[in-house]
Amino acid sequence: MTMTLTTEKTQSAKIAVKNLDFFYGKFHALKNINLDIPEKKVTAFIGPSGCGKSTLLRVFNRMFELYPEQRAQGEVVLDGENLLTSKQDVALLRAKVGMVFQKPTPFPMSIYDNIAFGVKLFEKLSATDMEERVEWALRKSALWNEVKDKLKQSGSSLSGGQQQRLCIARGVAIKPEVILLDEPCSALDPISTAKVEELIIELKQDYTVVIVTHNMQQAARCSDYTAYMYLGDLVEFGATEQIFFKPNRQETEDYITGRFG
Amino acid sequence: MSTGEALLRAQALTEMRATRYAARKRVNIIALILSMMAMLFGLFWLFWILFETVRLGTAGLTLSALTQMTPPPNDEGGLLNAIYGSFLMVTLATFVGTPIGVMAGIYLAEFDTKGWLANVTRFVNDILLSAPSIVIGLFVYAVVVTRFKSFSAYAGIMALTLIVIPVVIRTTENMLQLVPPGLREAAYALGAPKWKVILSITMRSARAGVVTGILLAVARIAGETAPLLFTALSNQFWTSSLSEPMASLPVTIFKFAMSPYENWQHLAWAGVFLITLAVLSLNILARVLTRQKS
Repeated sequence: MTMTLTTEKTQSAKIAVKNLDFFYGKFHALKNINLDIPEKKVTAFIGPSGCGKSTLLRVFNRMFELYPEQRAQGEVVLDGENLLTSKQDVALLRAKVGMVFQKPTPFPMSIYDNIAFGVKLFEKLSATDMEERVEWALRKSALWNEVKDKLKQSGSSLSGGQQQRLCIARGVAIKPEVILLDEPCSALDPISTAKVEELIIELKQDYTVVIVTHNMQQAARCSDYTAYMYLGDLVEFGATEQIFFKPNRQETEDYITGRFG
Repeated sequence: MSTGEALLRAQALTEMRATRYAARKRVNIIALILSMMAMLFGLFWLFWILFETVRLGTAGLTLSALTQMTPPPNDEGGLLNAIYGSFLMVTLATFVGTPIGVMAGIYLAEFDTKGWLANVTRFVNDILLSAPSIVIGLFVYAVVVTRFKSFSAYAGIMALTLIVIPVVIRTTENMLQLVPPGLREAAYALGAPKWKVILSITMRSARAGVVTGILLAVARIAGETAPLLFTALSNQFWTSSLSEPMASLPVTIFKFAMSPYENWQHLAWAGVFLITLAVLSLNILARVLTRQKS
């Protein structure tokens, strides 16, 4: 199945995926994926468990390279350069492409240091500049008012929802261009979820956001573009309204209306 | 199905549940009694040992026991040189063994988890971990003592170090494996290099566990007699030279407790009390540290 699914011509692609295949050992997990992720928009990947949406996300920051049995073939072009064959150091790529995971992962250190940790890897800031940066990142992720009086406390003392926003702040603090969110709300209660969703919509003013989600309402609420994946294939990709209201393919409609999946 | 039939079935089900429940309760009581008896049996001996140690130990524990050298038979004296020797050799063995053990543990958990070198290391480490300490003592005797033709504190430290290393390797590796993989991935996702992830994130999360492992290793070598018997031997006098035979509490206890002289036996009990106290405090410290983590 070869399909070239592209968004409107006017939209510039931040990440262009071309003929991407992915393997876990011998298992063929992604099959000839082609899609363009538009700049400064929210793109959602939906599909049943095991369809490859998280796998695709983890190609964008070469996270899969931590595991020697995983490999990717094809092209993933970020700002004109194929990041799979790039000679560029993977640390610099990850500074540009941040990621937030399913489970909140505060580092075993204070709230302040959680944010400063990533910044210190790439920048040498004076103490006051660092304080400003930490405040900026925490405001950006709508956490500042809740933690401003306890920045010295351990990051794990926060609630689950706060921890997840701390992780988003940590990613935002190093000023990436793309933010990858891997089911960021699946461990959160509805109120925290609403806060994170507001935040996602806020973030697209400055960043290209890609979100993997199991929750179709969430995709409908906060994404501009949606990709439906099934068993390693990209079934359909388009504007979110189009995917949800008049999908081109029967499989997409079955999944979205809950007849399958 | 009529209503009468349904009622009968419901009644039969209720009866069956009551019988099964009574049976489960009987088994529960029997298991509980057996476990309580096992616990009491274990605690009985433990408390008896502790009680005797404290009773006889405190009787022998006078000020001179802490301030004077080991005496000849039937003479006034103390354990100061043995206490100092034990303290010095245990401390130095820990300082040498800990970095080696921690770094090897990091290698096994973070760098080479499945390779042949890691598997060989793990296998050899397991052998070393379960090797009787007298074997290690004899090995150091053959390699060091016979070559230099002299018992020495150096040889004692080497034997103790060989006991510390496998314990620390094992606990460091296990503690690092307990760190959730998500935490590592999150640090890598920020673009952190591997050494930074290990030092700032994984080692920091595993710190309490690793320190506990080191403390337990110290507690273990503090009471070892066999590896010192063939290496550091003992010394009736004060020495701070590492190339001479050196006294230690366990060896002195061994020597004094076997003797027919009453004052030596009293000192042996005082030594037993001191070691027990030290090991107990180390274990309590280890517990407090692990509790803080969770």
